[in-house]
Amino acid sequence: MKENQKTYWKGIEQLTNDSEFVKKNSSEFPEYLPVSNEEGNSNRRDFLKLMGFGIAAASLAACEAPVRKAIPYLNKPVDVDPSVPNYYASTYVNGGDAVSVVVKTREGRPIKVEGNKYSTIAQGGTNAQVEASVLSLYDKERLTGPTKGGADIDWETLDKEVTAKLGAIAAKGGQIRIVSQSVLSPTTKKAIGEFISKYPTTQHVTYDAVSAYGISEANRMSFGEAMIPSYDFSKAHTIVSVGADFLGTWISPIEFTKQYSKTRKINDHHKEMSRHFQFESNLSLTGSNADYRTPIKPSQAGPLVAAIYNGIAAKAGQAKVSGGASVDHANKAINELWANRGKSLVVSGSNDPAVQVLVNGINTMLGNYGTTINTDAPIYYRQGDDQAMNNLGKEMNAGTVAGVIFFNCNPVYDSAEGSAIAAGLSKAELTVSTSDRMDETASAVEYVAPDHHYLEQWNDAELREGHFSLIQPTISPLFKTRQSPESFLKWAGQDVEYYTYLQNNWKDSYFGRQTDTSNFQTFWDKALFDGVVELGGSSKSVAYNYSAAASAATLVAQNYKAGTGFQLALYDKIGLGNGSQANNPWLQEMSDPVTKATWDNYVTISIKDANDLGITLVEGETQLVNLTVNGTTVKVPALVQPGQAIGTLGLAVGYGRTKAGKVANEVGVDAYPFITRLNGANIMDVMAGVNVTATGEGYKIAQTQTHQTYMGRENVIQESVLSEYKHDSGAGRWHPKIYKEGKYVKPSKITLWSGHEYNNHHWAMTIDMNSCTGCSACTVACQAENNIPVVGKQEVLNRRDMAWIRIDRYYSAANPAGDKKELENAAENPEVTFQPMLCQHCNNAPCETVCPVAATTHSTEGLNQMTYNRCIGTRYCANNCPYKVRRFNWFKYHDNTQFPDNMAMNNDLGKMVLNPDVTVRARGVMEKCSMCVQRIQAGKLAAKREGRRPVDGEISIACASACPSDAITFGDLNDPNSKISKTLQIEEKKDGEGATERVVNEARAYHVLEEINVSPNIWYMTKIRNKDKQTEA
Amino acid sequence: MVAKTTIVRFATACMLVCCFLFSGAQLHAQRDAISTDEAVIKEGKALFEDWTCNTCHAVGRKLVGPDLAGVYDRRELDWIKSFVKNAGKMIADGDPQAVALYEEYNQIMSPWALDDNQIMAILAYVRNVEENPVVEAKPTDGGGAVSPGAGGSGVPESYLNTIVVALVVVLILILIVLALIISVLRKYVQDKGELSDDDEAIVNEKFSISAFLKSPTVIGIITFLVIVLAAKNVIDGLYTVGVQQGYAPKQPINFSHKIHAGDYEIDCQYCHTGVEIGKSANIPSVNICMNCHSSIKTDSPEIQKLYAAQESGKPIEWVRVHNLPDLAYFNHSQHVKVGQIECQTCHGEIQEMAVVEQHAPLTMGWCIDCHRNTDVNTKGNGYYDKLVELHNSSSKSAMKVADIGGLECAKCHY
Repeated sequence: MKENQKTYWKGIEQLTNDSEFVKKNSSEFPEYLPVSNEEGNSNRRDFLKLMGFGIAAASLAACEAPVRKAIPYLNKPVDVDPSVPNYYASTYVNGGDAVSVVVKTREGRPIKVEGNKYSTIAQGGTNAQVEASVLSLYDKERLTGPTKGGADIDWETLDKEVTAKLGAIAAKGGQIRIVSQSVLSPTTKKAIGEFISKYPTTQHVTYDAVSAYGISEANRMSFGEAMIPSYDFSKAHTIVSVGADFLGTWISPIEFTKQYSKTRKINDHHKEMSRHFQFESNLSLTGSNADYRTPIKPSQAGPLVAAIYNGIAAKAGQAKVSGGASVDHANKAINELWANRGKSLVVSGSNDPAVQVLVNGINTMLGNYGTTINTDAPIYYRQGDDQAMNNLGKEMNAGTVAGVIFFNCNPVYDSAEGSAIAAGLSKAELTVSTSDRMDETASAVEYVAPDHHYLEQWNDAELREGHFSLIQPTISPLFKTRQSPESFLKWAGQDVEYYTYLQNNWKDSYFGRQTDTSNFQTFWDKALFDGVVELGGSSKSVAYNYSAAASAATLVAQNYKAGTGFQLALYDKIGLGNGSQANNPWLQEMSDPVTKATWDNYVTISIKDANDLGITLVEGETQLVNLTVNGTTVKVPALVQPGQAIGTLGLAVGYGRTKAGKVANEVGVDAYPFITRLNGANIMDVMAGVNVTATGEGYKIAQTQTHQTYMGRENVIQESVLSEYKHDSGAGRWHPKIYKEGKYVKPSKITLWSGHEYNNHHWAMTIDMNSCTGCSACTVACQAENNIPVVGKQEVLNRRDMAWIRIDRYYSAANPAGDKKELENAAENPEVTFQPMLCQHCNNAPCETVCPVAATTHSTEGLNQMTYNRCIGTRYCANNCPYKVRRFNWFKYHDNTQFPDNMAMNNDLGKMVLNPDVTVRARGVMEKCSMCVQRIQAGKLAAKREGRRPVDGEISIACASACPSDAITFGDLNDPNSKISKTLQIEEKKDGEGATERVVNEARAYHVLEEINVSPNIWYMTKIRNKDKQTEA
Repeated sequence: MVAKTTIVRFATACMLVCCFLFSGAQLHAQRDAISTDEAVIKEGKALFEDWTCNTCHAVGRKLVGPDLAGVYDRRELDWIKSFVKNAGKMIADGDPQAVALYEEYNQIMSPWALDDNQIMAILAYVRNVEENPVVEAKPTDGGGAVSPGAGGSGVPESYLNTIVVALVVVLILILIVLALIISVLRKYVQDKGELSDDDEAIVNEKFSISAFLKSPTVIGIITFLVIVLAAKNVIDGLYTVGVQQGYAPKQPINFSHKIHAGDYEIDCQYCHTGVEIGKSANIPSVNICMNCHSSIKTDSPEIQKLYAAQESGKPIEWVRVHNLPDLAYFNHSQHVKVGQIECQTCHGEIQEMAVVEQHAPLTMGWCIDCHRNTDVNTKGNGYYDKLVELHNSSSKSAMKVADIGGLECAKCHY
């Protein structure tokens, strides 16, 4: 078997072998010692003084131990036992995003959010935003009660004044508007309905920060039904996406990732996987996972869809439409789509109804409706109406709206109508916001009636037709906030507690639709326990209107013209999304899966364009550029991005907040004003009027990309293509051999180690690189579970980020490259591989042997243990770690005003999110992945209490349970029935067999850096791309 | 007139005395009607506990309800039986004795579905307790001046002290004997008088203490000893930094484990509800105290503090006695439920402590010692089956905690 000869690189500086980069990476730590505090330069005498004082203080303090209090409950709640966690099914809701979750609480505080496995939509998966949302609950920037004109008032006064004003407006027939993002809760909608019937001049205007109005509009044109159907990627053999980042941000990414990953799972019995074509401008997460990716300009998207339409129409015997321009791989995609009729799926991220009409036509001709597309259960995540929102802007600007209530939305910031609405606010008589903080909109209105956080409220959500998910509070409200639907009811003159209202609505509307039980309480209790209720959708006809296609194609031909200038593709990031959670430091510091940048918004630019502008990106050092969009200029750093379509720029929305809070304010620029309109919908693509010029001003982007580089050890990634894999399961594997006494042997045959035998458990993990999409949900889950500090942008620049699990992103050329020039060409559109990297829990751990104080040791269950209280901070272990996964606490990150961004450890409110079972580390100690040993211990104990062995799946660790693609499998190799044992096809342990002698039969499984024989307990599975074997080049 | 009244009074008194005597005799006869048969007493004891009579009644003192000692002397047996069966009805019917009881205790005993034989059995038990009181062992002084050594292994300290004293006495005796021998010998030599000058000088030499003390050898030895002792003390002292063994702070409420856990034998878990399910054993919340103290000892100033807390809504701030550092993870359920360790193993004779004090040093050495020496409680626990099998195939001794990873860092530090 031929070994993989591809060259991998993490950043352009590594590709070009920049001398500075090589210098920095030759040493373990790029930092210079001593670590300077503000002034630094402390000398020996200072040291002695401090030491003397320290000893004196320590001995004085030690004389009398402080009196510590133990304060029990006054009346202990029945279900709460201190130190015993409780779990509640609930639903994460943020605007139009909703995910069924299970919330872990300790002593009545939510501390961790995980996916609800009973949900047939997300199936237990989460993403970074869901994982991070628990910290937003403890955000100090939240309002502590209602305000009027910025001053605190009480609810009675607010209700009296708002009701009076509403009454006055209604009396004279003035217009009232309720503005919100998509509202998923049917009961909230009912409450709004009651408000509207009380004040009949009220209209409810819905918008989405990142709109999908074009899709529902297109469905209205195509089928006469305005809706967004649900998709099932798991049934698709051929997937074509034109600009839809469905694994990252598009509509329901967790659900789609779950489905998609099912088509990417291969083993000896199942050697089939889907083939995924992606056509896009920015290198998105989805594009990174595609088998064939073609960079296109935004202006090429419409004609490409038309070309695919015509290609399919020719085969289906339907009439062609006008226009259409093909690009690379489009014909291949057409042929394969046709070959997999009924088992394929074409999606487009465009919000242009004309494009979406053509996409509907393609899917109709392919017979995908009823298989991969389900119109019977439409998705409700995006209900925004861009037209209505546009009208609202105009009306408010004209002063015809007398009263406006912004229900949990921030349109001044996150809508295209922001400036019009801001200008119109002063013309209205009554302005109310229900925001949880004084955001851009709330600070411009008169009354703020803050809503509960989702973890504090009772509610429901209809995620798709007939599929409900319930929200139950996991903590009593922290502040004097009130649930918005209750406010609506109050203002409508109904004095009812929202919980009662909700229950009554369920009794009236949904209880009768099920047949399981006739007792409402039983039904309700079960619904709350499960968190989800499925009552089924309603069937709808899908007769495609082909005449709509012809007119849509004409519009496309008119609107998509390749100009000469730059084109801008706006997008929302995996971490920050639409910016509503911008004040969450976990999301700000999450390294973007593709660019690996933290704490910043930047314009992504192709290598060629960057060269033309004289911009280079070395170690995060780049330039600020002036980005001009339709006359507006912003200054923003440029990030040279391999895979960016030439002539295009990418810029994320969600940044540039001015009133989100201390963490988010002034981070990056705001891209919402750049949203344009096309065919009545808000379009994220700007196809003309974009220019970019270099300013020459230097700027540093805090990228984690080149940290922890392997320098020349290339076989960390082992990959192949499906056709190779089909006749050799070990395709792409590299088997290192070491020379010994005249022959080459496996590295494990030469060892100084006596080895370990694990009689009890043998914890291990497999990471399927074929499934891993790089979404980074695991990194945030780990941060929440293990009390990992946020270090801030400067410390990331200093390469002192603390993540225990990181996602390494490697670029490579499609073919083994002969020379560097060829690689650079490949950098225009590289292949991408994601590799989650964490402590490998080596059986022959190099860190353990070098620790002078035995602070890092091996357990009898295969874990590499890190004992903080023993560590003296020599950092020898980190030096000796071949995987660079150990993290040093350069500072005290908790209770330290120098790290205000570390919200979870620097104020009493934020600290409520800390996991009480995990130590908050002190300055000067090393830390790393513990394999969530606290969860392992808790799981074992639960089994012991019941006198049995733990059942596989019972013990799950934070990263594995967060993973929406099930790429991470954790379990016990000593349990022959565990999923991991079966995945690895490991032979059952014989008595006396050491951990390193276990026989793994899965040919795809490999150890990173096998040649050094550290024998990790983390196995990676080769990446298999569904590409044809290329013979050219 | 006077005589008449005197006669009447005398007659009345006689009648009363007669009645009293008669009734007394009758009631005493009742006592004899109560069985002294061992089996019946045993049954009564079981009933007394199973039907939770002991929650409100005791023999020899008042609890929630009246003292049962001699109840068969005060009341008729039939009255007792019907009262036990349905006290409420009797009070409602206006039975004077029942009403008097109600007025005294201000509550009605719940009706109990006991039959006559069972009630008689309980009375038998009560009689037995009354007539054969258990002599309570006087609790030893819990001052904590002498603390048993960590781990409790080796010779007890008092023996060591005795041995040391004996050795010192023997040494002194030897010194005295030696001195006597020297003086006798010297006298003998001087009396002989046939000595050379040199020998004479030696014999007559005066022992000079100051010269002895000033000799470099002595100074050296003393300096060395002082330094070694000082160093030892410093090191020992440092080892005790943060060790709070014997710590018995004053608590906001003068709660006595001796009364609750010792005298009344209330199960530890009744209050420490978390001990088998979680990491914390849990200090009981006020509502648990109120289960009993809503009616017991309501006028005690200490109990009043409970009511004050209940009214003000402010929980009681107990002073934490056992402080493990935050870096150490300890789980009660692992030790109590899985390991079946007695509370007293770590907390000492808690049922005899009027004021709780920290019994064990709670140092890592103490934890480790126990993990080294304790057999794993594997009986009936499926978790350990395979491990025991493997252990027994290679070792003859019982499986200790340390044998299955009980000494590993990440068992307690993470």
